[in-house]
Amino acid sequence: MGVDPSFVGRTYPPTPPYEVARTALAAFAEATGATHPACTDVDAARALGYPDVVAPPTFAVVVAQAAESQYVADPAAGIDFSRVVHADERFTHHRPIHAGDRLVTVLHVESVTERAGLSLVATRCEIADAAGAPVATVRSTLAVRPQDDGTQGGTP
Amino acid sequence: MSRLSAGTAPGTELARREITVDRARLVRYAGASGDFNPIHWNDRVARQVGLPGVVAHGMWTMGAVVDVVVEALGDPGAVLDYQVRFSRPVPVPDPGAATVLVVATVGAVDAEAGTARVDLNVTCDGQRVLGKAQVVVRLPA
Repeated sequence: MGVDPSFVGRTYPPTPPYEVARTALAAFAEATGATHPACTDVDAARALGYPDVVAPPTFAVVVAQAAESQYVADPAAGIDFSRVVHADERFTHHRPIHAGDRLVTVLHVESVTERAGLSLVATRCEIADAAGAPVATVRSTLAVRPQDDGTQGGTP
Repeated sequence: MSRLSAGTAPGTELARREITVDRARLVRYAGASGDFNPIHWNDRVARQVGLPGVVAHGMWTMGAVVDVVVEALGDPGAVLDYQVRFSRPVPVPDPGAATVLVVATVGAVDAEAGTARVDLNVTCDGQRVLGKAQVVVRLPA
């Protein structure tokens, strides 16, 4: 079974709010080697004009991947996760994420295309705050290898 | 540490850094990100899907290398847009570690908009692991 193209155009209901915790930002900063004190120190963040510690530039992936799982983990979508590699990722920040944010995500299935034997599955997450104001747009493409393929490039 | 301004010429090297990554780092990233795909911690599973062994999360690499840009800007919130293609996996040996080299170069400056594009050249063992790695940043006031 391959990737079902009929999911293209689908929009999922808004996720429950993801509450951004200082500890979550600190753990992500530590894991990625984010060195700026505004990611971990409230005073340093406030000195830059932020209300609380600010997220490293790729932290929104935590929120986005949780939302994407609604689609990619749905057996009906036909995405065999053991054959998935991550093809590309893009973050567009409408404003920085900071601790205390309550983020709600709407997932869109943008496209399913075939290229060089791979199924390329593109999604877009629109992340907004509790007031509904846009915070970030996260675009992601997964490449799904067919069965019995060797080692294609790409990092899972 | 170099700083970026509206007067910085395209082609200017902004920063370079070698970043090491070992298995413990991947476990930390898995926990911090919620991405528990076993190919990032289990050699047997990684080999079953045709990889040489455990590989780094592409998103770890993307997150780690952009820190040179944040450092040059002095503000994590100044990254407006950041995109990459994952062109090659980063195998992470055990015992030992892999080393990723990032070189950040100014691609374009839009003084009117107050933004710049920074291009990242990211390699492991001399081979590019990210393609079209571009960071659009707000220039410091």
